[in-house]
Formats: sequence, C-alpha cells, structure tokens
Amino acid sequence: MRRDVTIISNRQIAKATMEMKVRCPGVEVAPGTFFHIKTSGLLRRPLSVANVEGEEVTFLYKVIGEGTSELANKRVGDTLDVLGPLGNGFPLAQYGKRVVLVGGGIGVPPLYYVRRRLHEMGIETIAILGFDSKESVFYEEAFQALGETIITTVDGSHGERGFVTGPLARIDADVLFSCGPEAMLKAVAASPIPERYVSIENRMGCGIGACFACVCKAPEGYVKVCSDGPVFNAEEVLL
Amino acid sequence: MRLHVELPGLQLKNPIIPASGCFGFGEEFAKLYDLSILGGIMIKAATEESRFGNATPRVAETAQGMLNAIGLQNPGVDAIIEEKLPFLSTFDTEIIANVAGSTPDEYVEVARRISADPTIKAIELNISCPNVKCGGMQFGTDPVMAAELTRLVKAASSKPVYVKLSPNITSITDMARAVEAAGADGLTMINTLVGMRIDIQTGQPILANRIGGLSGPAIKPVAVRMVYEVAQAVDIPIIAMGGVRTVDDVLEFIYAGASAVAVGTANFENPYVCQEIIEALPSRLDSLGIEHILDVRGKAYAQLVSRP
Repeated sequence: MRRDVTIISNRQIAKATMEMKVRCPGVEVAPGTFFHIKTSGLLRRPLSVANVEGEEVTFLYKVIGEGTSELANKRVGDTLDVLGPLGNGFPLAQYGKRVVLVGGGIGVPPLYYVRRRLHEMGIETIAILGFDSKESVFYEEAFQALGETIITTVDGSHGERGFVTGPLARIDADVLFSCGPEAMLKAVAASPIPERYVSIENRMGCGIGACFACVCKAPEGYVKVCSDGPVFNAEEVLL
Repeated sequence: MRLHVELPGLQLKNPIIPASGCFGFGEEFAKLYDLSILGGIMIKAATEESRFGNATPRVAETAQGMLNAIGLQNPGVDAIIEEKLPFLSTFDTEIIANVAGSTPDEYVEVARRISADPTIKAIELNISCPNVKCGGMQFGTDPVMAAELTRLVKAASSKPVYVKLSPNITSITDMARAVEAAGADGLTMINTLVGMRIDIQTGQPILANRIGGLSGPAIKPVAVRMVYEVAQAVDIPIIAMGGVRTVDDVLEFIYAGASAVAVGTANFENPYVCQEIIEALPSRLDSLGIEHILDVRGKAYAQLVSRP
C-alpha cells in the first residue's frame, strides 16, 4: 500500500493551484479515492485523484500551507512516498440515470476522474463547477469535452455569477455526485435530487481508519472519513 | 531471545508495542502486516459507555510533532470485549487494555470488566489524557488522587496494572513514587504534552477542542529525561513512549531506563514503522556490540545493570 512514485510533471494551472502527475504502475484507482502523501512534515497530506491514464495518476492541489508549498517545489524525476489508494469512491453503475456532478474549488478534481470513467461507460453527466473568480478556474475545457459544463464564479468574473446552487436548482437529475467545501456540500445535500453522494474533506491523521481524527457525525454515531468514505451517501452523514 | 522482555503479566517477544490511540484495535494495521510480530499492542482507550469524542478538527501538525484532541472516542468497554478482543486474540502478541473514565467508579468498572477477558494481559491506567473535560488528566496531576485511583483499580483488576503518567506536572518522580506505593505493577510514560496551535487567518485555535496533546519527535527529549529520572526513583518497570520512530530512539529509551518502548504518532507517518523497527533491532544491537537489548537498560545513569 505504501510506495514510492516518480513525478512526471508538476505545474501551475490556476491561481495557487497545481497539477502533479506521477507514475504509479500496477495500481487500480477507483474515482473518489485518495492518496496520503508524505512531505517533510509529520502528517501525510490526503490528495484526491483527478485522473488516471495508464500508469499516470494526476493530483490537483491548492498551495495553502507548508506541506503543499513543499509539493509545489518538487521537480520532475523526484519521488514521493505515498500510501494508497485509500478509501471508498463514487458508485459508478448509474446506467440509465441522469447524473449531475457538483464541485467547488479544490473539490472539483475528483469529479473530473469520475466524469471520465462515467463517460467511458456511456453514462451522460452534467457538471456544475464553482470557483472564486476567473483566475481560480481550471480544467474547464477538459470538462467541456466530456459533456455539458456550467461554470460559476462568486465574483461573476467568469461563467455565471454566484454559487453552484444557482444552476443546480434548475437541473433535473436522478443522482448527484459532489465534492467541495463543507458549506457547499451542506447546500447540495439538501437538494431534491433523490440520490446524493458527497465527498468529504477533513484533517486526517493515519488515513487508514485507526486514529479517529477525521470523523464525521452520522445519524447513528459517526463515520470515519478516511476509511468509511471519503464518499458517502448524503443520508449517511450529518454535515 | 535477545529481544525477549518479561514484565509483570507480559511475555514480550520484543520490546516494541504500538501505543494506545495510535493503532485503534489493530484491525487496520492487520491488513498491512502480521500483528504477531509485535511485542504487544496497547489498544485504544476504553470507557464504560461509548463516547463520540470531540468535534473536528481533531489534529494539527506542528514542527516535528502533532497535536491531537480525539477525546477518548471508543465504542464502550462491553463492545470492545465483544467485538474487538476476539479478533485481537487470534494474534500471538500481548494485548494491553487502556482504561479511562470520568469518575473512580467508572475506571474501576472498566478495569474489572476488561481485565477479566483472557485476551487482556495487563491494564494501562489512563490518568493522563489531556483531551477530556472530566477525569483523565485531573487524576494524573495530583499524586494523592492518582494513588487512590491506582489502589482502587488494582483491587478491581485481575491483571497487572501499569499507570500511564502525564508529563504535564512539576515532579513526575513524585507521581511515579506515589503510584508505585499504591501498588502499580509498572509505569507507561509519557502521555502527550498539552499544547495549542492558532490559525493566523482566523486568529482562532486550529483544534475544535482548542487545546490538544502534543506528540511526535518534538517531545522525545522530554520523555527521555522523564524516563531517566523516574527509572532511578522507582523499582517497577517502565514502558516508555514519546516520539519514537527509529531503532535508535528505542535504544535511547532503554539506555534511559525503560524496559520496553511504545510507538505512537510514527504509525501515522509510516504505518509499517513497528515492523521496520523490529526487523532493524538485531543488526543494530550487533553493530553496537549489545547482546541482549536490556543489557543496556539504565546504562545512562549506571554502568552496571543486571538483567531482569
């Protein structure tokens, strides 16, 4: 489960947002799962998978603190100590259903991989992606190539002004897949779409379910985000 | 046999034990390696009823360390006995139960129930958790209360009792002597140091509990010093913990006077760390010219130390 992977590329794709590709052979990666990445800090950094092509795994990350700054300074050919893939992803077998993907900010990346996989399975999707402003937008064309894509920005500098909940209200769908900030997940989890899945982010310790750092309250007790999730049916968690 | 360590209630095939709270009930790590290689396992704290613990965020990274404020989340002692111990009993390793509570009665009840299970070989009395409002560390910072609780739990437990000491105290040797006099069979030390981190974007503490327990390499020198002092002050054995992540860290604690060593936070950084330390021990002993690992126990303060 722990392996050293080699960095193939590491570039900025939007404001404070980096795309890193690593060579990770012989691993099956389900959309919605994550890798726990070692930096020089004590705790690993959980990063969701934005894409998998052959042996190449893509991570998108926002440069926020010491760990992600260190990742941003990594060069092609450097290796990373990773654990993974970890956790449980999105349920893909949505044949015959209308699927809407709703992502916010750095929650957008796992939705790209899931959309690609659904597209390969012949399942049509609509994507609604929310960002702060034009400079923060990434992967717009890549998403467009896979189906209808609606972009929102809080300041209106690109796409529709406002939050993802605006366009979501006019969309008729059977299933919702979502990843993004807690406030956004809370809002989309309350949508009238019958089946709703949310991918939750939390500060993690071990990443494998042993330390109880990343728990989330549930109707009955709690769930562990790292090992029970990070993707949950919205009915299973209290956001 | 050069790694074998015998302690009250415990036949450790080697002195490496995952620390309580960092290893759950073993299930997750059992998927990564055979738990039977471990000297023992200190399982997650048990309370009488199930506890959810604190709000999140529960962890924050610090320089060479981390803060946690989990808050003794556990399914309750009966669920642990019914659902967790049968799995742990399938491994050839010594299981040590960590016992916590809000009142003396709760500690006594949890110790009585869990010590009666044949899978449990010893009790670790947790009087040092900094992350709960009631009980926990309040018992571990007053030697009179700690001694009284030790006496009560010792009377209720059918297995040897190791008292887990808090470093958040002026004189840890006074505390160690007090619980030894009250009948403790051994000591485990140290629990985490109380700390805080503040997010300068919000101006607020990062942890939802505001304060948390500091662990990791940052606290190792504090732990080594405390083990060194306590080992000279008491006659009961010490299982040491605090920032261990390499084979040399283990030896440092043995030199300071410990008889076994627990590995905590390092399991998060590298879930295979206990396995790697156990595998590295024999060749490290060879290179240092040490025959049995306990040949150097307490050597930091005494040149001649006999084996147990």
